[in-house]
Amino acid sequence: MSNAVLRVNNLDVEYHTDAGAVKANNHVTFELRPKERLGLVGESGSGKSTLALAILRMIRPPGKIAGGEVWLDGVDLTKISDEEMRRMRGNEISMVPQGAMNSLNPVMRIEDQIIDGMVDHNLGLSRSVMKEMAAEALRAVDLDPKVGRSYPHELSGGMKQRACIAISIVMTPKVIIADEPTSALDVVTQRQVMQTIGKIQDQMGSAVILIGHDMGLMAQFVDRIAVMYAGRMMELGTVKDIFTDALHPYTQALIDSLPVLANRGIFNGLPGITPSLLDLPTGCVFNTRCSKVMDICTQKVPPLREHAPGRFAACHLLE
Amino acid sequence: MSFSYVVRRILLVFLVIWSAATLNFFIPKITPRNPIREKLLEQASRGGYIPPGFEDMVQSYEKRFGLDQPVWKQYLTYLNEMAHFNLGYSISNFPKTVPELIGQSIWWTIGLLSVTTILTFLIGTLLGALMAWQKSSFVIRNILPGILVLSAVPSFIVGLLLIYFVAFKWKLLPLGGAYDATKLPVFNASFVLEIIRYATLPALAFILTTAGGWAIGMRGMMVTVQGEDYMTFGEAKGLKDWRLFYKYAVRNALLPQVTGLAIAFSYIVGGSVLVEVIFRYPGLGTLLANAIRQLDYFLIYGIVFILTVAIGIAMFIIDMIYPLLDPRIAYEGN
Repeated sequence: MSNAVLRVNNLDVEYHTDAGAVKANNHVTFELRPKERLGLVGESGSGKSTLALAILRMIRPPGKIAGGEVWLDGVDLTKISDEEMRRMRGNEISMVPQGAMNSLNPVMRIEDQIIDGMVDHNLGLSRSVMKEMAAEALRAVDLDPKVGRSYPHELSGGMKQRACIAISIVMTPKVIIADEPTSALDVVTQRQVMQTIGKIQDQMGSAVILIGHDMGLMAQFVDRIAVMYAGRMMELGTVKDIFTDALHPYTQALIDSLPVLANRGIFNGLPGITPSLLDLPTGCVFNTRCSKVMDICTQKVPPLREHAPGRFAACHLLE
Repeated sequence: MSFSYVVRRILLVFLVIWSAATLNFFIPKITPRNPIREKLLEQASRGGYIPPGFEDMVQSYEKRFGLDQPVWKQYLTYLNEMAHFNLGYSISNFPKTVPELIGQSIWWTIGLLSVTTILTFLIGTLLGALMAWQKSSFVIRNILPGILVLSAVPSFIVGLLLIYFVAFKWKLLPLGGAYDATKLPVFNASFVLEIIRYATLPALAFILTTAGGWAIGMRGMMVTVQGEDYMTFGEAKGLKDWRLFYKYAVRNALLPQVTGLAIAFSYIVGGSVLVEVIFRYPGLGTLLANAIRQLDYFLIYGIVFILTVAIGIAMFIIDMIYPLLDPRIAYEGN
């Protein structure tokens, strides 16, 4: 497992609020293998997007990375200088943004928004070469290269999202973090965009982290799934294992909450809401909603451990 | 930029000029004062007695200026004359014409205030942008209270303070005027330097009190823009800081400021009357202040009309520039 392209080790992210410090990410640990597609799921507020921003080292005050390591190909991103980190972004590790509708600068042509990132990375390329690369990136996301001459307001939502993908892949990064790339799109466009991401990834050989809460989408797209809850990693395993034999009660509850056509009208939702990060229960953070809660769950935090080859979970039931 | 966009903007300019001209006509008419009688009385009192036939004289002058006509007729004549840029004679400086008087003072005002307004805009906007930028130094990000205090002080107060300390006590710069009135003006390099020296204090009074407004407006916009998704994505692209600042944040936050600049040009005279008066600056503001004091209808009409046309044209130019700044504008109404 040492060949991981990205290795996140005990990452802590804290936000300082008037009511005290909260840990939006608490000892998050996982690995991303080359060419792998990893899904990162969890409810709103579980720390998925925080994790994405923390990997890119873009947490803004009052938040900060309070501890842990982020290794990208032998470099600890938490230790390098701001300027070195800036050079990493876009070039080695890139992001496909969440809100495609507003993620493009409204006063710049698409082409210029693809090129300016390359210019700032001093790739030593001429303007015409970069223009050709921009056109190539647009073709790769199934857009007409003529779109490069357009302004964002002239494009549809799906086209904007494709343009964003073109921007994030143009420098062939090793890791692409896609933060709910399709949440603002209709299901048809969603499918097309996901296929595009998959196709590009196959061609470039990048590894992808797909953040989202659509379990159906995850089942179709990713190789492995990581489940987060209240800032902690609960379970990590292959799609097949997770869907057929989830180890953690929270994962099981998530899967059970998927509507089934045969039982129309019956929703097996998860009762209760995510606990406030300011007021987490002692012991396992899930103990307030868990159907299999035991005494030890309210006393001790279960460690994330490999219970079977490649299957990680943090639950006392498995200890 | 579409043809219909340009046509609509031109029509708007005419509408603005017409409405302003109409207001301009009626407002001075509200007062019951009679400027001709006042002027003649003033001259007569200098002679020590009111000559016989004084009322006839008043009436014949009123007739000459067309003030004996009913108001609606005066209004139509006025519109017609204005449309032909026929600004007529000044009442208080008769027989000087209004264009003559405006011509003498307008360049002083334009010279002083267009330069000052643009300087203020640039300084204030840049300051405001830096105040909101998260990577600015601690000092710049926390000068807001000082800026707020300065922008709340009227410019004539700052002007008086500057006159007292800089010009009167320390004798660093002249007290007032536009150039050394004791010498015959010869147009050469040293005369230009002299003009700049004389203009420094009024300009400073203006910059100190209005830059803050620009800074606060820009700061607000920058805070909003920095929360936009394209800023996050821009950072994730690994853009350099200066590019994120100028091309992403400032470029988008600037748009309302540019509209503000067009409006600021309209204050070039209106907003600077007091500054011009206390610095005895021979500009349009001083001329307008005198015209209002003496109820010189035609001089008021002339000055305000010229200003309105200038503002109309300035607005039009800004409207034409706007689509270049924000590509979304030109498509409005399509």
